[in-house]
Amino acid sequence: MTQNSDLVVQTEQLSKVFRVGFWGKRVTAVDGLNLEVRPGEVFGFLGPNGAGKTTTLKMLMGLIYPTTGHARLFGRDLGGPETKARLGFLPESPYFYDYLTSREFLGFYGHLFGLWGAVLDKRVDELLELVGMAHAKDLQLRKFSKGMLQRVGIAQALINDPELVVLDEPMSGLDPIGRKEVRDLILRLKESGKTVLFSSHILHDAEVLCDRVAMILKGRLVACGRVTDLLDQGVSHQVELVVDRLTREGLDHLRPLTDKVVMQGDRMLVVLKSQQQVGGALEIIRAAKASLVSLTPQKGSLEDLFIREVKGHRSQSEHHA
Amino acid sequence: MKVLSIALNTFRENLRDKLLYNLLVFALLMIGSSILLMRLTLGEFHRLILDIGLGSINFFGVLIAIFVGIGLVSKEIEKKTIYTIVSKPVARYQFLLGKYLGLTITLFVNTVIMALGLLLVLYAQSVPVDGMLFKALALIFVEFMVITAVALLFSTFTSATLSAIFTLAMYVIGHLTPDLKTFGAKMDDLSRGILDGIYYLLPNLERFNLKGHVVHHLEVSGADLMLIVVYGATYTAALLFSASIIFHRRDFR
Repeated sequence: MTQNSDLVVQTEQLSKVFRVGFWGKRVTAVDGLNLEVRPGEVFGFLGPNGAGKTTTLKMLMGLIYPTTGHARLFGRDLGGPETKARLGFLPESPYFYDYLTSREFLGFYGHLFGLWGAVLDKRVDELLELVGMAHAKDLQLRKFSKGMLQRVGIAQALINDPELVVLDEPMSGLDPIGRKEVRDLILRLKESGKTVLFSSHILHDAEVLCDRVAMILKGRLVACGRVTDLLDQGVSHQVELVVDRLTREGLDHLRPLTDKVVMQGDRMLVVLKSQQQVGGALEIIRAAKASLVSLTPQKGSLEDLFIREVKGHRSQSEHHA
Repeated sequence: MKVLSIALNTFRENLRDKLLYNLLVFALLMIGSSILLMRLTLGEFHRLILDIGLGSINFFGVLIAIFVGIGLVSKEIEKKTIYTIVSKPVARYQFLLGKYLGLTITLFVNTVIMALGLLLVLYAQSVPVDGMLFKALALIFVEFMVITAVALLFSTFTSATLSAIFTLAMYVIGHLTPDLKTFGAKMDDLSRGILDGIYYLLPNLERFNLKGHVVHHLEVSGADLMLIVVYGATYTAALLFSASIIFHRRDFR
């Protein structure tokens, strides 16, 4: 494995095969995954449910062992206490010791890092303040809402002031306000120089937050790179026009430039094939004395890319079948 | 220090578990009920109180060891709380030892409370108390330590329900192992060899039972007592070691 000690996370041909059921049927959860996460970046690990995201993160956290391949954190092998001391991890839909209050809960995790006394108290207060839970420090976790649990969960991941914060589906199950709070928190972590690796199937969040993303499907990497680069890839840059009172003759002129025309009474929605057609289309509209209501360039989204990849993968499997 | 933190957290978890209090209340009621039963017997009531008292402490302590013990690890895995612990700089064996130590502290506190209940009944009925009673209580506690380790071992690789069944079975068989040896003595060489093997492999829990000695005022020497304690400690260590090996290898899916 080519080692690069500057990388925070590096995996090479990382694979995990589970044996399930009575007969020990082999199920490949992660298949030859190569990933690199650089210091200081927010890295999104995307894919549909069951794609192998959680399995990969669990391997990095030392919760399950890889079947084949290698993974390194901070240039070191997985599982060592020195490596773990630099990590913070929030599992998916976490369930914590609900008989503890937030203060006891964070105190317990602090002890595991050797934090005691006044230093620990200060750290716990800071973290509860950071995640906006200072008001509930003496409340037992069993009385918490899902959003509140997620926030103390993030606080426990930060108790050791880690260099790498790994969050598994941090936004799932949260309401829009909760999601925004988690997004803001991730951005704050980035500002303070931390590396954040998070998995999600909510692509909008990734698009807003991430420097780079990796997309995984059935355990395999299907796309990886900077968000902007991925969005430019293979997107046709269509333009959508809304036009009022366009004559039939005008429409006939316009039609060769379009991909799609939808009529709604006097108003019509026209999708132009590309940005190059905009000039010509505007000429035609002006000549026909119709009025232009709006002109919207269609931006590609991670969702488009994602759906394209999933469809491509499906048709490929059908082809093989 | 990490082991101690996990142990104290486990102890705190146990203290907030309603099951523990229910069992404790039942144990105290049973010990107290010997006063009522005493009225139904003619003479020998000292023996009855001691017999029921020590029997209740043993029975309810074992129930706590099994039903709290099986949840120690499997509950952490089912509820995924273990994910946040194992991803911290805590070795898996440290987690196991912490959980074990935590429940041992709980059982110690429980044994002390139940023993105080028994002493109170003995005092109220003016039954003389001798050193053997404390030796018997000490060995009951050693038995709890062995049973807890059995429950912990099973819970590292199977579900809570199966762990409970296996541990209960182990408890029952553990008290019957002397019969295995007697049975083997009447068989041919091969069968005797197999039965002897099983006899030495399974815990001989009858060793920790001094109830008869207390009731019939029989003495056990300090050396014998020490030997039984060493046996219990060694057996517990072997169980914890096996549990650590299994736990180290498993995936938390």
